[in-house]
Amino acid sequence: MFTLTTLLEIVLLLNFFVLGASRLRTAINLVAVQGMLLGAAPLWMEHGARVVLLSLGTMAVKGVLIPRLLLYAMRDLTIGPEFRPAGGFIASLLLGAAGTGASLWFGGTLPLADSEHSSLIVPASLATIFAGFLMLITRVKTISQSLGYLVLENGVFVFSLLLIEAVPALVEIGVLLDLFVAVFVMGIIIQHINRELDPLEVQHLSSLKE
Amino acid sequence: MALYLVILPALVGLAALLAPSDRWRPWLLPIGSGLHLSCLASLIRAGETVSHFDGWLVLDATAKVFLLAISVLHFLCMLYAPGYLALRRERPNRILCACMLASLAMMSLVVLSRHLGLMWVAVEATTLVTAPSLYFNHNARSLEATWKYLLICSVGIALALLGSFFLAYSALHAGLKPTLLFDDLMAAAPDLSRPWLHAAFVLLVVGYGAKMGLSPMHAWKPDAYGEAPGMVGAIMAGGVTSCVFFAILRVYQIAVRSGDGEFASRTMTFLGLLSMLTAAVFMVRQRDFKRMLAYSSVEHMGILAFGVGLGGAAIYGVLLHVINNALSKGVLFLSAGNIHRAYGSKLTEHVTGAMRGLPLSGSLFLVGFFAGCGSPPFSPFVSEFSIVAAAFRERHFVGAAIFLAALMAVFLGMGATVLGITLGKPSRSPQHDSFADGVQTGAPIVLLMGLVLLLGMYLPPFLSDLLNQAAQSLAANS
Repeated sequence: MFTLTTLLEIVLLLNFFVLGASRLRTAINLVAVQGMLLGAAPLWMEHGARVVLLSLGTMAVKGVLIPRLLLYAMRDLTIGPEFRPAGGFIASLLLGAAGTGASLWFGGTLPLADSEHSSLIVPASLATIFAGFLMLITRVKTISQSLGYLVLENGVFVFSLLLIEAVPALVEIGVLLDLFVAVFVMGIIIQHINRELDPLEVQHLSSLKE
Repeated sequence: MALYLVILPALVGLAALLAPSDRWRPWLLPIGSGLHLSCLASLIRAGETVSHFDGWLVLDATAKVFLLAISVLHFLCMLYAPGYLALRRERPNRILCACMLASLAMMSLVVLSRHLGLMWVAVEATTLVTAPSLYFNHNARSLEATWKYLLICSVGIALALLGSFFLAYSALHAGLKPTLLFDDLMAAAPDLSRPWLHAAFVLLVVGYGAKMGLSPMHAWKPDAYGEAPGMVGAIMAGGVTSCVFFAILRVYQIAVRSGDGEFASRTMTFLGLLSMLTAAVFMVRQRDFKRMLAYSSVEHMGILAFGVGLGGAAIYGVLLHVINNALSKGVLFLSAGNIHRAYGSKLTEHVTGAMRGLPLSGSLFLVGFFAGCGSPPFSPFVSEFSIVAAAFRERHFVGAAIFLAALMAVFLGMGATVLGITLGKPSRSPQHDSFADGVQTGAPIVLLMGLVLLLGMYLPPFLSDLLNQAAQSLAANS
């Protein structure tokens, strides 16, 4: 049967696919799939209209709106869409694997409240946050950095599943709205960077320093 | 009524977004900000604690102190705005005007909210509405600064969200009803699960600390403040940082109440002193005077964090310093903006003799420097003195010694740059066709400077009552 644990396992696998994706477009689509799956996750935790609405909202923002926005920002890129992380893909994947292993071990040592929900929630959250950080640090293009931010935010969202009853809908909506606006502003800035500075790489963002 | 503090600036901001004319749109700024200030003044005069939505939004004495600092600074900066934007006719100002007012609404929401989730949403919103105004100049350098600000602060704040969830989970783990309402968390604090609370505190301080600009998470600050227009820099350094500090203060209170006070206080004193030392190091031979102001902001955030870590008698000084820092940052950023405009450069090798070339702004910049460094008779002296006196009283000798050494180093480092800019012969005559001291761009700075001087010598009774109330409630709660 397709349980929450299965879903979280797919989310973990997607982290690796994103880390290993050599094309920006693929990476954006993979993050979209991850967002869709996470949007569906609350349905396993609780029932009721509130959760269904929350779920639909999350899917719409993380799975559809934000990826479309990023693809739109990428549309008139002047350079090829291939991207290479600092240190190469293999190093990036190995670090991702090490991070996931460490999260699984560390998640097991944390004192958790008894709950009938999946025991994979905390490790999956930590591993996804780690993958997000890894992308933020190693990727050289502004779009892939904002993807890293999205993956990190997805990791935080996984943790929030444990608190699905505690966090009021208003706050959930606020968080989603902030996320959407953040990516919207990032998208605009990315387009301007694209117009002002030749290639879309952060190496060019290094004139301000001591 | 307290709701108007959020609604009024937001509505006027919306009007600014829809207003068709670049010429008269900037006049909406002082209107929106003035409405906020008068609304706050009547709430302070009424004197009661106001609560809305089952305690989600509360205006208590502490919130009033923070909002007063933010609102006065914002209003005077907005009085400056029409004069400044009239000089910048070449740039469309729609987004900037809307963002300035939206940032006031969101800062008010941060300070009013007692729900840590809502507070998080508002803090992130302040980042998002200030980012476009950093990019007002539309050049490569401001793009770089905006990107760094947006990314570092968003990532930092994402960690703070995780921290907030950890905090709610610490209640769940202890078998309590999970909540993010501040008052419920305070009531349940002694029973919260310690390991989760510990982790929550670290994540929240690192996350919000990045936004506040505490070292070592301050990397975005010199870039952002260096490239932002003067009034945007003033509002960020005096307003946004204050409201994020308020968020940290809330978290700190919970940590102390739960019995984790020693760890929390050590973390804050450490981060505070580290920020002050970092600022001191980077200020030596700083060639760019706007970046220098950013390091000065890192220093003052360090002073606030150090004071909170000390607790007790220092809290009064910390609250007063929030006001003093806001006002003196206003003086420095606005006058630096004028000098930058007149000379077309913000590097020390291009700008000398500003006091002769630009008498009003040059003098205000020099006097603002003395005030910002804590020289008497200006108000930052009073607050910094009460913090360091508390440090000696609490027998925190090493901390107090580092505090004083860092203040001294900052004074020397900043002094070399500021004196080089203001004194001497004008390196080349400032381009008076592009900028000259005038009433619109001078009077707001004179008013700010006057307030800094006044508060240094005389504290109006309503303000000292408010500060005492706030300090007492914070001390009782921690």
